[in-house]
This record gives sequence, C-alpha cells and structure tokens, in this order.
Amino acid sequence: MTKPGTTVAAEYEESPKPWLSEPADPSAPAPRVPRRRGIELALIVVAVLLSVFGYCDVGLAKNGTVPPGAAGYGAGLGVLALLAHLAVRRRAPCADPLLLPIGVLLNGLGLVLIYRLDLETPGHRAAPAQLVWSTVGVALFIVVVVLLRDHRVLQRYAYVCVAAALVLLTLPIFFPAVNGARIWIRIAGFSFQPGEFAKVLLAVFFAAYLAANRGALAYTGRRIWRFSRLQLPTGRVLGPIVAIWLLSVGVLVLERDLGTSLLFFGLFVVLLYVATGRTGWIAVGLLLAALGAFAVGTLEPHVHSRVEDWLHPFATIEAGQGPNQLSQSLFAFAAGGILGTGLGLGHSILIGFAAKSDFILATAGEELGLAGLSAIVILYALLVERGYRAGLSLRDPFGRLLAVGLASIVALQVFVIAGGVSGLIPLTGMAMPFLAQGGSSVVTNWIIVALLIRISDSARRQHNEVDDGQRTP
Amino acid sequence: MTRCIKHAALFCALLLLALLVNITRVQVVQAQRYDDNTANRRLVIARYGRPRGAILVGHRPVTGSRDTGEQLRYERTYKNGPLYAPVTGFASQVYGTTFLEHAEDGILSGTDPLLSPFPLWNDVTRAQNPGGEVVTTVDPAAQLAAYEGLGLRKGAVAAVEPSTGRVLALVSAPSYDPAALSGNGLAVERSWRRLNADPDKPMLNRAVRQTYPPGSTFKVVTAAAALDAGVVTDLDEPTRSPDPYRLPGTSTALTNEGDGCADVSLREAFTWSCNTVFAKLGVDVGVADLAATADGFGFNDAGLRIPFSVARSTFDTHVDKAQLALSAIGQYNTRATPLQMAMVAAAVANGGQVPAPYLVERTTTAHGRTVASPGVRNRLRAMSPSTAVRMRELMRDVVERGTGTNAAIPGATVGGKTGTAQHGIGNSGTPYAWFISWAQGERDVEPTVAVAVVVEDASADRTDISGGGTAAPIARAVMEAVLGGRERR
Repeated sequence: MTKPGTTVAAEYEESPKPWLSEPADPSAPAPRVPRRRGIELALIVVAVLLSVFGYCDVGLAKNGTVPPGAAGYGAGLGVLALLAHLAVRRRAPCADPLLLPIGVLLNGLGLVLIYRLDLETPGHRAAPAQLVWSTVGVALFIVVVVLLRDHRVLQRYAYVCVAAALVLLTLPIFFPAVNGARIWIRIAGFSFQPGEFAKVLLAVFFAAYLAANRGALAYTGRRIWRFSRLQLPTGRVLGPIVAIWLLSVGVLVLERDLGTSLLFFGLFVVLLYVATGRTGWIAVGLLLAALGAFAVGTLEPHVHSRVEDWLHPFATIEAGQGPNQLSQSLFAFAAGGILGTGLGLGHSILIGFAAKSDFILATAGEELGLAGLSAIVILYALLVERGYRAGLSLRDPFGRLLAVGLASIVALQVFVIAGGVSGLIPLTGMAMPFLAQGGSSVVTNWIIVALLIRISDSARRQHNEVDDGQRTP
Repeated sequence: MTRCIKHAALFCALLLLALLVNITRVQVVQAQRYDDNTANRRLVIARYGRPRGAILVGHRPVTGSRDTGEQLRYERTYKNGPLYAPVTGFASQVYGTTFLEHAEDGILSGTDPLLSPFPLWNDVTRAQNPGGEVVTTVDPAAQLAAYEGLGLRKGAVAAVEPSTGRVLALVSAPSYDPAALSGNGLAVERSWRRLNADPDKPMLNRAVRQTYPPGSTFKVVTAAAALDAGVVTDLDEPTRSPDPYRLPGTSTALTNEGDGCADVSLREAFTWSCNTVFAKLGVDVGVADLAATADGFGFNDAGLRIPFSVARSTFDTHVDKAQLALSAIGQYNTRATPLQMAMVAAAVANGGQVPAPYLVERTTTAHGRTVASPGVRNRLRAMSPSTAVRMRELMRDVVERGTGTNAAIPGATVGGKTGTAQHGIGNSGTPYAWFISWAQGERDVEPTVAVAVVVEDASADRTDISGGGTAAPIARAVMEAVLGGRERR
C-alpha cells in the first residue's frame, strides 16, 4: 500500500477472488463470502480514536491542554459511526468493510482540521456547523442504507434524477454570486451548493441511460471513416445524453463552476468508455477536453486568470502585490516537508478565507507533512478502488456503471482539487471529499458512500445467493 | 466491460499517483525554494515565535522578551536600553535588526545550525532550537562611567583592553531606547519616524559608525612614524621646526595655540601639542611611511568587524605636501572612528601590536554550551617595540605635565593625548574635543585599558573646548572604572 497505482493495479493481477470473476463460473464451488462486520467495527474504532487523538493534539499544541470538548467530540463521532455501522450490519451485512471506516476517518480528520483552523479565526467558527452537517450526512447515509434495498430500483427513477439534477443546477442562477462563482443557494441563513447533489443524480442517470442503450451505442450507426474503428452511434441514441451533458456543463460554465463542469465531463467520458468499450471515445473525449480547456482558458477572463496563476504562481509577489492564495498554499505544503509541523503548529491560515474549504489540503500538507498527506491520498485511493471492485463484481450493467461512476466522482474530485491547490493543474474551486468545510459536500459524499455500500452488499450477496442456490437446488 | 472498468480504474490510479508525485515535488524537492521565498511569512513568524536569546553584559542579560500573543509573538525588551543601544542595536519586527542583534542574529533567533546538537537530524525533523546567548566583553562599570561622563553632550566613547582587543565600553550620546522599536504596532512606527527625524541622530552609533577628524590625537601616529622611520632618533633633540610653519608650496602659515613651539624637541612638541612641529615631521617622514604606519594602526581598513562592521577610518595618500602636513596633524582628509583612536592608544600600550577589537566574548546555546569564542587575534604591528616604549613615555608626559593632566589617576600610570579637531567650511564648526589614553594599575604588569573619547558639544563655549578640558575627565572616569573593577576582583 505504498502507491495507489499499485494498489489498484495489483488487485487484478492477483489470482481472481471468487466474487471478482465475471460472470461467476457456475460450476466452481465458491465458499460463502465472509461478512467481515467485525473488521469494519474495529476499523471504525481506530478511525474514531485517530480523530480524537488529532483533536487532543491540536489543543495540546495550541493551548497546552486537552480541549474541553474532546470527550464530547469523540462521543459524538463515535455514536454517529456506531449508528452507521449498525445500519450496515442490519441492512447490508455483506458490504465492503473498508468503505464506512474510510468515510469516518476522513470526516473526523476534516473536523479536526477545521477545528484547528477555527482557533486562528476566533470570530468565525466553522467546525460546529460542519459537525451538524456531518450528522445530517450520516443520517442520510443510514436512510439510504435502510430504505434502498436494491440499487436497481434507482434505474427506474433515471429521468426523475436528471430532471432534479437540472433543476438543482439551474437554481443558483437566481441567487447572487459568492466569490465570483454562482453556485450557492441561500435560504433562511442556510446555504448549500446544489451542484454537489446534482453530480450523484447525474451519475445515476448516466449509468441508467448507458446501461439501457449500450448495445445501440456500441454497435449501431455509421463509421466516421471507412477503416476507422470509431463508429458514430445514431443521433437518436446519443442525442439525449449529449444534450443533457451539454446542458449541465453549459449551466456550470454560466455559473463559473469550473471544477464541477470538469468533473461532469470526466464522468461522462469514463462512463461512455466503460459502457461502450470503444477506445475512440477516450480519444474524442480528450480532444474535446483539450479544445474546451483551451477555448475557456483563453476566452473566459476568470478562468484565464486561474491559468495564469497556475503558470506563474509567484507573479503577484514579483509584482509587489504579495503572495496570492496559490503561492500561500504552495508555501504551506513546502513548510510541511516530509513529517509536517504537527497539528496546530502550522501557519496555513495565511492562505486566507478559503483555507477551511478549497485549500483544506494545504493545512493537512503543512501540519501532517508528506507522510500524512500520502496517507490521506491513499485513503481516497482505497475508497475509489473499493468502488471499482464493487463494480467489477456486480453483474447488472446499471450497478456496474453506477459503482464506476460514483468511484470516479471521488477520484476526479480529489484529483481536480488536490491538483489545483498543489500546483499540478490550474485551480478550480471544489471541495475535498469529507475533508473540506461545506455542508452539501459532506452530505453528498456520505450518500455516495451509502450507495457504494449498497452496491458492494448486492455484489457480494449475489455470490452468496448463487452459492446457496447451488447447495440447495 | 470488465476490461474497460479495469482501464478506468487504472486511469483513476494514475490520476492519484500523479497527485502523490506532485505533492512530493512540492514538499520535498521544491520545499527549500518555497521556504526561502521572501514573501513567505513563515520564516519571520518562526523567528518571533520563540523568545530571543539574551545579550549578556557582565554576566547579566541586558535584553529580555515579552510575549504578546500576536502572530509575531515575542517582542524584545531592553534593560538600560539607551546605555547599551550602541552595543545591542535594536531587534524590531518591522525594521529588522542592527549591531549585535543583527550580527549575532543566527544565534539569538535560534536559526544558527551550530546551535543544534544533531544538525542533520534537526534538518529532518525541522526542530527549532531555542535562541542562544551572546556574552559580550563590555565592562558594565566602564560603560556606565562613559555614558554618565558624556551626559547630555553629543559624543562617543570607545574603550578596549590593549592586550586582547576586548571592547570594554562602546557609548554613543545622545542615545535612544531600542525597546521603542520592538514589536509592530503604530507606536513603533511613530518612534521610528521620531528617531529618524531627530537632528541629534540618536540612532547613529558614533563610536563605530561615525568618523571625525582626529586632530592632535593623530600626532601619536605621526610621532610613531617619525620614530620608526628614524626621522627622529632622540626624543629630546631639537626638531629644527619654525613657528609659524609655512605649508610647503603655499603661502598659508600654520600656527599653534600656545607659544614656544619653535625648534622644540619631540617630547615638548608632543606634550604641548605643537601643530607646527608635527606638520613638518609629517612632511619629513613622507606620505609612504606615514601612510604605512597609519595603515598599521588600522586606518583605511574597510573590513573591520567586531562582529558588526566598523566604519573605515581614512588617511589620504593622494596628497601634496601641504595636504600631507595637515593630514599629519589629523586634519584635511584624515578621519577616524572613536574605536579606531582607542586602537591607536591600545597599540602604544600593547608594545606596538594592534589588537583586533572584538565585542563578543563567546556565544552559547540556551543551555550554556559554548558555540563559538572568537578569542584574541593580533593584527599587524603598528610600530616597533622600542618605538612603543618611547611613545608610552611621550603619552605619560602629556598626562603628568602637559595638556592632559585632567586624566591623571593617583596610583596608576596613565598616558594620553589631547586633540581639538577643526572642522566645517573654513573651520567654522564647533571643534571636536578628543582625548585618547591608556592606563596601567599599580599592580598590573601591563596597561589594562585604552580609551578614546570624542565630544562634539555644540552648546559649550568655543574657547572652553579642548581635549584636556572636556574629554579627558570622561576618559579618566572610564579608566578608573576599569582599574577599580580589577582592584575589586
């Protein structure tokens, strides 16, 4: 588990696990899949303890005392995690045992980091609200796990989902822009980003539509050239989904939510590729992405400045205007070095107002160092890998596509935002799953984990059912 | 489909791998470059994040730290700030550091790699050492005597130990309290503006950063050059010099303050500070030999550090004979810092060797482990030992029966030289009063203190200004303080 690349790659070079082989060989006698709920519980305890230690560490570093709320914080997180665990134990007993602990650990760590940054901004505390949103997220997780007995039910609501997604995406246009992006809805003091929920709904729609039409997409239509392998599907099949995708990306560009439009684009291309198996789609996707990125990057002033910042992060310093957010973020990462300064001992608050949201990873990088940051990236990699694994072991195309879609959302999101704040790619505002301050994001990610739990449960239960069937014909 | 899912998974893995590679690049490969960026405030935050190490005078810290709880957390405090300001300088969050605070900043702020017991390990852990301490050579009694001696007058005092070069006193008046510049509030900004606008320049360290025409005190150098060059072999032989002396190649006649300087011996000329005799002597010695001797004393050396830099004292070599004659009596382009003139007195007291002056006895870690101790370094020989013996005799005569009787200390051997330096356009400025001297206690085997005092008092009556009247008592007080300290010890 040194690099995420080897983690995923190594999985399918190993001799296939019985539930991994597709389609399950009916003649092979497979042992009953172990449920592993005990392991899940143990991992959850570790995750909660790690978070509580982090919380105490912040207090010790800043004030020399364990923070007064440590017990309450630990108990709160523990109870939430335990309730989620009980829900999984009751309703999804075969689910992957890693998914929930990873969610708990990342969420707990995020709360610690936000609490730590709150100490630098006494007038503006974000951790209590984040704790409330985490509670809502876990509650929704439990609701999804308990009420959604079979993920295939979602297939029926594909068009409801896409309608809801489009409505959610359009709503922020009627609300004022915040920090240059029109992605917020404010009602009665509460604000949330509908785009966050929309991505789950869109993933459901894409998965359902592509699962239903993959044959037509892959094997009908005209070839672009006589000898090319790329076959253009008929407009009747491709039309609706391209229209929906264009609509959502268009709306996002209008709202200047670049990160999410990039995410939707990536999600669309990945699912199209997986559904049709046509490599050509990747080429077309990359070509379109390059063209789009170039066009937006040169024409749109907001994006253009981001690209300029990325190319010359220290330009504002050289111009005598002081460091911008990105250079402050790079300074924070660099200050962390290999082992980090230790929780509470960094100065990432210098980044400014986005330190708790978009730039939360810089705090992790400074105070936990390369070691801690790698651990976090590996946690995300594991989450993604577990999602893909569930997708691989399922047999229904919708479930497979949905699992792949949800896992890819996590991977793309992590890449876009982490790459942005560490100077790998131009910065686009987006929330680090679970870590960053932001209610909509936390809630959405808990729903994603809930859906993955449900899918992984179905995947492994299928095999058990098959096994049971073989034993009692 | 399975194959494609695996490809997509591989794609995600590559994305996250790219992230890890990039993070490693930022946090390990580029880290030092980002850390060193001037716009990165972490360095300055870390710098003020711990209390600064103390500067010690006579085993007692003269500096302290105050915790403000702000981002630049610890502010410097000073005990007897104005007294020690020429030694410590200031350490300000806004305006940086000066003098010892600047020269020993690595030790004081804890960033000096020598402070860590395991340097390599500290690089890995990025542990920060507490600030170390700087032990100065300053004698608190001598410092106080000099400061009180100057009182409200403008001027400076430098005192060194002739055998070692340890700086015993470094005083500049008027002074200021460096504590007024600690921190980063509005008050600091106001103090900075007020101190810079002050016509008396309280932040100017006159002892090491201001050069004055040394006037007659430079006759010590001229006399040493004349003796070393063999222009004068007998102290009591008449020097065949006219009074007044017409500067070579001009119609300007140089005169003396008093009478009876015509054709006197070197001893009498030195004791009574005859300008005519020394102007002629300078011309007789020649620019090469006189400059060589001056350089031997430390003139024209821009690289002197104690450990902060000392302004260059100058002896001009591109001169005609008239200018050389004026240079030989410490006028024209001859300029010296008080510390340089203390070195001149010290060279005489130290048998002709000029000790390299130093202000830091040693630096230690916060736990008292010695990090470095500069120790004694001898500079070039300024004059031969036999010349030094005769120069001592001359300087003793000045105090015993000449212009410097105000510096005499009962029970001690004291040598000195007065000076009254003309300056300004057409010598219109109020002359500077100089006195340089050394003293040897009754039970000492060699002189233990050499002092230079300069008083640039504009308010005093012009006729009253003379090295013997104004500056010598201050030098005596400083020498008494040092000798008394040694008696007590």
